[in-house]
Amino acid sequence: MMIYLMCLILFCVGVYCILVKKNLIKIIIGIGIVEYAVNLFFVLVGYRVQGRAPILAQDQVIQNMVDPLPQALVLTAIVIGLAVTALIVAIAMRLYEKYGTFDITKIRKLRG
Amino acid sequence: MKTKEPGMTLIVKTITRLTVGLILLYGIYIVTHGHVSPGGGFAGGVIIALSFIHLMLAFGKDLALKKLSRGAASFFESFGAIMFLTIGLLGFIGGYFFFNFFSKGKPFNLFSAGIIPLCNIAICLKVGAGLFAVFVALILLEIPIRKE
Amino acid sequence: MNLAAFPITHHLLPFFVAIPLGSAFLVSLLGKKLKGFPDTFSNLATFSLFSLSLFSLLLTKRFGTVVYKVGGWIPPIGICMVLDSLTSFMLVTINLVAFLVTIYSIGYMERYTAKWKFYTLFLLMLAGMNGVIVTGDMFNLFVFLEIASISSYALVAFGVEHEELEASFKYMVMGIMASLFILLGIAFLYSLTSTLNMADISRTLARIGNNQTVFFVAALFLMGFGLKAALVPFHAWLPDAHPSAPAPISAMLSGVLIKALGVYALARIFFNVLGMTAISSSILMVLGIISMVLGGLLALGQEDIKRLFAYSSISQIGYVVFAIGMGTPLGILAGLFHLFNHAIFKSLLFLNSGSIEYATGTRDLRKMGGLTSKMPVTGYSSLVGSMSISGIPPLSGFWSKLLIILAAIEAKHFIFASIAVLVSILTLAYYLKVQKLAFFGELKDSLKGIKEVPLTMKLSMIALSIICIFGGLLLIPGVQRNFLNLATEVLINGNNYAQVIFGSIK
Repeated sequence: MMIYLMCLILFCVGVYCILVKKNLIKIIIGIGIVEYAVNLFFVLVGYRVQGRAPILAQDQVIQNMVDPLPQALVLTAIVIGLAVTALIVAIAMRLYEKYGTFDITKIRKLRG
Repeated sequence: MKTKEPGMTLIVKTITRLTVGLILLYGIYIVTHGHVSPGGGFAGGVIIALSFIHLMLAFGKDLALKKLSRGAASFFESFGAIMFLTIGLLGFIGGYFFFNFFSKGKPFNLFSAGIIPLCNIAICLKVGAGLFAVFVALILLEIPIRKE
Repeated sequence: MNLAAFPITHHLLPFFVAIPLGSAFLVSLLGKKLKGFPDTFSNLATFSLFSLSLFSLLLTKRFGTVVYKVGGWIPPIGICMVLDSLTSFMLVTINLVAFLVTIYSIGYMERYTAKWKFYTLFLLMLAGMNGVIVTGDMFNLFVFLEIASISSYALVAFGVEHEELEASFKYMVMGIMASLFILLGIAFLYSLTSTLNMADISRTLARIGNNQTVFFVAALFLMGFGLKAALVPFHAWLPDAHPSAPAPISAMLSGVLIKALGVYALARIFFNVLGMTAISSSILMVLGIISMVLGGLLALGQEDIKRLFAYSSISQIGYVVFAIGMGTPLGILAGLFHLFNHAIFKSLLFLNSGSIEYATGTRDLRKMGGLTSKMPVTGYSSLVGSMSISGIPPLSGFWSKLLIILAAIEAKHFIFASIAVLVSILTLAYYLKVQKLAFFGELKDSLKGIKEVPLTMKLSMIALSIICIFGGLLLIPGVQRNFLNLATEVLINGNNYAQVIFGSIK
């Protein structure tokens, strides 16, 4: 139970960062923290008490493993997170080139 | 007047010359043993990309781009994806999309598990080349300084 | 029933994802060197997808639900691809609009640099959308949703100007948060049912019964997919993102992306996987009504033509979600019919605004006037599109709006039905404003030298307006029984989805 609470605290820290901070790069870091929290939660869903790593070596018998399926899914989710981080950083750099600032209160041409 | 050499100091360059080949070899080991031990295409691809980035950080961009140019990275990326899709389409030999049609062999050997090592190699090409291309594009983006 | 044909034909399901994916990477490989290659190859790819989707209609009418085991693994161990009537209905809608939009982009994208990059991203987005519709597995749905979303983020920022980058950044931050909520929902659902196959989840949830976690999962999915579908209060990215994108991309985003990723996923999950309850039905209806009213009111005061169309999209998606949220057979039929119609006429309107921008260089309504005299094809097709979306008989929009209002009255939601009628009058008001300011009236002096747009752009607009005019024919009893009613039955079936899927595995 305590571990899930830690994931929730991380999630809230990330959401606070996205909502309150004014620098573009800090918003991107906040997105990274939220992704981290969701991936961590997903891996912890697969934990079994007294389980060992789900790796099959040559002469071991299958018993008492943690659930390997969330680990495979989280690997995919981490790759997706990498792709969006790369894209959003590239857009942030282009925004700096056009507007000259990283401050989101000054990047407000679209209104209404 | 000493001209500024690209890259980092002499100590870094010497160590890089020793280790970058080992890093590349380690990455290839993780990719090809993906069906026997943890790792596989994505992790191995990232390590291979890291070896090229290591080269760029230590020696400057000209030498690294001579080893793997931007056009070559773009080519390998698309080629890896097409190879993956072709393996999937070849599965129709066995009857289904992505069917495992090679011989399975004995478990825990290097040549076993059907098409999985080939898929790992395709993913490694795509991820490695893609990650290096992203790094090059972000680092070498030239932003003109705006005069307010 | 000729069973000998069955094993060959049901192999076409993976091709809906494999064809756009392969074409995207082939265009990326060869597009820079060969000059005419991206245009011809992408149009060939979308045309083949469109014909395959029409063929899938015949397939599902003949064989019922087709389940394809990817890699030969039996579900729920393996991933399965499901083709039932709702799937083929959505596939026809998406691939038809995508085909006409690629024809349009041959002419329009000449103004931008690096056309092959555009086609690569476009085909990747199409592969993602087709994958969301065809798959039968929850995490596979998430992966394809991400493929389509990431390509759309990059496409909104395609011509790198000030407004496009700002709009794309806002869209990205909100879209990433929505995807993370969906992933969190899948994590909770997995912890409850320990399976990822949609039919298996449905079966397990029916066995477990009522559980607090299911409410939380439903709320998370509503937040996540509701943002992709631009329901109020998750709509704030749409008025910035859709106008700033290039015109073919605005047509694809507003016409099909918010429907395939948002409305279809909501309908599939709430009806088939989680099971429709009275609470979720009323929440969907209330959100739909609020979207209708807010989108309509905010569209009245806009000066930018594409921004007005974007707010109108929010309003019409409100209609669709309201109708589907009712849960009655007539309501779902009306909602799906309005979804198809809106895909056709909204993409037509956005393509028109693209032609106006191509010819005059402006998007501001106050600077336009009297364009019909110089650009007849754009003018008349825009007239057809605007009359259809406002609900003027005998065009297609009238029939779908009438069905929605009738369904609301039949289910005894009289207040909601009257709100729907009032919003329809509001829609007529602002589309008349667009027509008057842009197309009729005096031709301004600054616009004297404009010409009509190139041939490929004209072809798409004419084709879409023809479908608008004859769209009402889908309600003829013979056609309706085969096309729309079958799609409705899939959603009405609800939790029987699991039995249908497991019974069709061969």
